[in-house]
Amino acid sequence: MAIHLTKESRVLVQGMTGGEGMKHTRRMIAAGTNIVGGVNPRKAGRSVDFDGTEVPVFGSVAEGMDATGADVTVVFVPPAFAKAAVVEAADAGIGLAVVITEGIPVHDSVAFLAHARHKGTRVIGPNCPGLITPGQSNAGIIPADIAEPGRIGLVSKSGTLTYQLMYELRDTGFSTCVGIGGDPVVGTTHIDCLAAFQDDPDTDLIVLIGEIGGDAEERAAAYIRDHVTKPVVGYIAGFTAPEGRTMGHAGAIVSGSSGTAQAKKEALEAAGVRVGRTPTETARQVLAALNADV
Amino acid sequence: MDLYEHQARQLFEEHGIVVPRAEVTDSPKRAREIARRLGGRVVVKAQVKTGGRGKAGGVKLAADPAAAELTARQILGTDIKGHTVGTVMLAQPVDIAEEFYVSYVLDRAAGRFLAIASAQGGTEIEEVAATRPEAVARIPVDPAEGVTSATAARIAEAAGLPPRTVDVLVRLWEVLTRADALLVEVNPLVRTGDGRIMALDGKVTLDDNARFRQTRWGAEGAAHDDPLEEAAAAKGLNYVKLDGEVGIIGNGAGLVMSTLDVVAGCGARPANFLDIGGGASAQVMSDGLSVILSDPAVKSVFVNVFGGITACDAVADGIVRALDTVRPTKPLVVRLDGNNAARGRAILDARAHPLVEQATTMDGAASRVARLATT
Repeated sequence: MAIHLTKESRVLVQGMTGGEGMKHTRRMIAAGTNIVGGVNPRKAGRSVDFDGTEVPVFGSVAEGMDATGADVTVVFVPPAFAKAAVVEAADAGIGLAVVITEGIPVHDSVAFLAHARHKGTRVIGPNCPGLITPGQSNAGIIPADIAEPGRIGLVSKSGTLTYQLMYELRDTGFSTCVGIGGDPVVGTTHIDCLAAFQDDPDTDLIVLIGEIGGDAEERAAAYIRDHVTKPVVGYIAGFTAPEGRTMGHAGAIVSGSSGTAQAKKEALEAAGVRVGRTPTETARQVLAALNADV
Repeated sequence: MDLYEHQARQLFEEHGIVVPRAEVTDSPKRAREIARRLGGRVVVKAQVKTGGRGKAGGVKLAADPAAAELTARQILGTDIKGHTVGTVMLAQPVDIAEEFYVSYVLDRAAGRFLAIASAQGGTEIEEVAATRPEAVARIPVDPAEGVTSATAARIAEAAGLPPRTVDVLVRLWEVLTRADALLVEVNPLVRTGDGRIMALDGKVTLDDNARFRQTRWGAEGAAHDDPLEEAAAAKGLNYVKLDGEVGIIGNGAGLVMSTLDVVAGCGARPANFLDIGGGASAQVMSDGLSVILSDPAVKSVFVNVFGGITACDAVADGIVRALDTVRPTKPLVVRLDGNNAARGRAILDARAHPLVEQATTMDGAASRVARLATT
């Protein structure tokens, strides 16, 4: 069944005809994603050939949804236009908007996330690699060939750490992997994914990857303690990050004594989550937990 | 990016918030002239982007222009919590009747901004927040609505601020949204003896993501304290200088943070954070290596790449080309994993550079590079 994305998902791409959009649409199609259209008002009515798959371009998200029954959109448009793109998708009533774009001003994110919430659209991201349900569908830029389908659910702020963990556990496989993004404000949180994985009959164990900044991991720990019965294994990056410096991701910053990796690790451990010291050790803990449950 | 106090003051003034008369200088002689213009008696304030400045000796009252020159001379060039004082602001002293605290901060968990206000402002605000949280009002701001007069009145009432602060609260919200700020803080906001509401000190943090439409502070934003950070920024690299001896290059912010931690876990200290991003082209690799190798503190370098979208053979090509242009003088440990890792490793094997060795796992590479740096 997986979470948020299955082989039934019908996926639009906003910004499909741009460089990144073209590259990743091709990859998504190769991974089996049902890409039903692109959106670009200036190229409406045309179609784009991706190695033999003709994908129509629509003038708006609403038009694309009417024509195809799309329920997911992947957003690749540049930062200056991302707010308008997500607002348009939410106004059209799409169920899920996956915002890959990095570098969106926070005031814009705050505005489109509030609007999407109001309209009932789930947003994943911004500044995220998207999500993949291996063997079924891939919405975003996660390399589809890293891991097999399986029964581990993964939620992460970081793209490359997601890839690393997927690679370490490639033979065991994943139900769904969700990159929620490294910005200070994101649409889907660790908690949203924990709740979905807890309810997903195809997920046996959850991997939670966090990093410095904010208190999303501490909140996730409290949620796990109260609501999650499946085993959770965690990993936190940024123990050596200095205070007050942004480490790559806009949201990865320790402010004063808040947002530290140590505090997040302690909160997760207090909730019964095993936390690995390295990605490799984390993968070993996952395997140990899976074997212990058999 | 944080603004200096005098820049925040300027923004406030432009939005119609009353601030003390003040001027900025880097010269003690000019400080004397400024003090004369401002009426003789002035407050001399070090311009540094850190809190607790007053307690660290960065804010002093000078009784006359001669004292202002002397005080400026004492403060300029000193170090306040690791920040060298390059300029001072001289401001007219204000007759303070009451001190308040107001700010708008990003509430990351709620995905919106939060107004924080207290009638107990001043340097002890953190103490007040810790010991008497009921004295600090926290009111969420509806993103669709912003801070209207009605919202501002609610904030003022919850915090016990006088009604005359409502106008300032609305204007501060305008500062926040028009400047694309993540934080606007006024502490203290004061009521003067003659009943005016005035912003005596301010902190503004701007959103780096909004630089494409907020070009005003461009040159200021590019100013780096560290020459290596400056060199890296000039090449468009995402680099943070740290205090250790192991240079680090990786792709992806999370993986690089993790790499620093794993190296630290092996008993060495990372010398930097450097994320070369998903693309990891030969040019970026060579730019990154040259910055790291020019750091005299670096004793060994860890190149940690997971080939996701990028194939490892392309990364290996980049490293080989970088080796020819940069000519390293310190040992490199390279770990390539993921997409086309075997081909990438073969390319580095074929190059057989005497200072480059490969490791197949991240943990193994970290322990090797730590040993190279510490022995």
